[in-house]
Amino acid sequence: MSTEHLPEHPEFLWRNPDPKKSYDAVIVGGGGHGLATAYFLAKNHGMRNIAILEKGWLAGGNMARNTTIIRSNYLWDESAAMYEHSLKLWEILPEELEYDFLFSQRGVMNLAHTLGDVRESVRRVGANQLNGVDAEWLDPKQVKELCPILNINDNIRYPVMGATYQPRAGIAKHDHVAWAFARKCDEMGVDIIQNCEVTGFVKDGNKVTGVKTTRGTINTEKVGLCAAGYTSVLAEMAGFRIPIQSHPLQALVSELHEPVHPTVVMSNHVHVYVSQAHKGELVMGAGVDSYNGYGQRGSFHVIEEQMAAAVELFPIFARAHVLRTWGGVVDTTMDASPIVGATPVENMFVNCGWGTGGFKGTPAAGLTFAHTIATGSPHALNKPFGMERFETGALIDEHGAAAVAH
Amino acid sequence: MLLFTCPNCGPRNETEFHYGGQAHVAYPANPAELSDREWAEYLFYRENTRGLFAERWVHSAGCRKWFNMVRDTVSYDVKAVYRIGELRPETLERAAAATAPDQPQQLAPAQANPNNASEGV
Repeated sequence: MSTEHLPEHPEFLWRNPDPKKSYDAVIVGGGGHGLATAYFLAKNHGMRNIAILEKGWLAGGNMARNTTIIRSNYLWDESAAMYEHSLKLWEILPEELEYDFLFSQRGVMNLAHTLGDVRESVRRVGANQLNGVDAEWLDPKQVKELCPILNINDNIRYPVMGATYQPRAGIAKHDHVAWAFARKCDEMGVDIIQNCEVTGFVKDGNKVTGVKTTRGTINTEKVGLCAAGYTSVLAEMAGFRIPIQSHPLQALVSELHEPVHPTVVMSNHVHVYVSQAHKGELVMGAGVDSYNGYGQRGSFHVIEEQMAAAVELFPIFARAHVLRTWGGVVDTTMDASPIVGATPVENMFVNCGWGTGGFKGTPAAGLTFAHTIATGSPHALNKPFGMERFETGALIDEHGAAAVAH
Repeated sequence: MLLFTCPNCGPRNETEFHYGGQAHVAYPANPAELSDREWAEYLFYRENTRGLFAERWVHSAGCRKWFNMVRDTVSYDVKAVYRIGELRPETLERAAAATAPDQPQQLAPAQANPNNASEGV
């Protein structure tokens, strides 16, 4: 076929510039968090001479691999403030970015299957309400009303004993979110540089002054790391340690179906979370693979177990077929809360540790991390999330709200 | 699913095992003298190696004994299995040092690098 017959390429949403010799700030990692950080640096702090360095292609890491769930029903005040701020930003971002990325507030249910689950869930609903986060406790009948395809019978191994429900929660189109941020960043003069892997840092004493990359050395005043599962690798290059462990996290989709699933259902106890994408695929995820891994793939039994749980909860899925499965590398911390703040290296800042739940945090991570980089001190929202909490003991333990199904 | 060779029971499915994280983390010799920073290091900081990583596993559904393993965290190839109390195999230390990068790099597959061949217990 001759290229003459091909239509014009649609308008590009961002340029692909070569790196300049120097920038005021360099963000390492061109995923959702890196893009959001650059966006807020440019928009809120007037920093326009900045670059995002991405070793692969834009938003091709966890931003392309997550199950797009957005919610803010976390237990502790610090997390509720952070994630609720994020949710509020999600609500205004389509207009602000002038891009409808199909944020669908269809609600998220977190099922309870044991008395322990029920107590934890009811407690969390109470905590959420006190923090201004919309949350309700549903009994099994109400669960069934909201999601008729759920099996609430007693004849399964872990019957549904109720659920927490956050009506404002939902899903969005992850690729479109990335493109929306990228276009606005580009408009404000941010250089998005793909296929540019960081191979080291230039330091003057304990101060970072540049970034070595596969496309040459780039001088910079400040560096912000937004590299999720690869943060440890970068931290080692920079000469400090970071308390995260990288694990594979897998997800899968079915082939397309008629709309059958009106909300998002998550279950910590039987390890599965399910929603139906706008196009019609059933999107499912589960817990991380237990071992450390950078392979962007995990073991099959994890998929097998999450499918078993899904079919028991949703008997209608028994005849659905898996279309594809994949894995990402998630950066977990010991308290299941992120790290956003300064590092032991001067002028280098880190945003990581979002573990299995980074997508929902994208706007708040960007906002608070940009503030931290621009001003040199944390935003009120991310102040409790500094690395020093592992020394002071002021941990923010969100294993209940986050561990399996983030 | 991965196949692991338990030092006591032989090759078994991954689902029979549980993970124990980084191996060779010693309990502090003088716990009363540790600073907050040192406690943080002991409790919360673990290596997160991209490449050859010495880690602990327990054969929960078998002999229920702990053992150590050197595994490549990129390819997930098991390079060595050895008992608790034994040192990490020396040649593997050297292989790890040779590939421990100042810059990230894809580790060569085991077949391409004879130094990486399994030589554990």
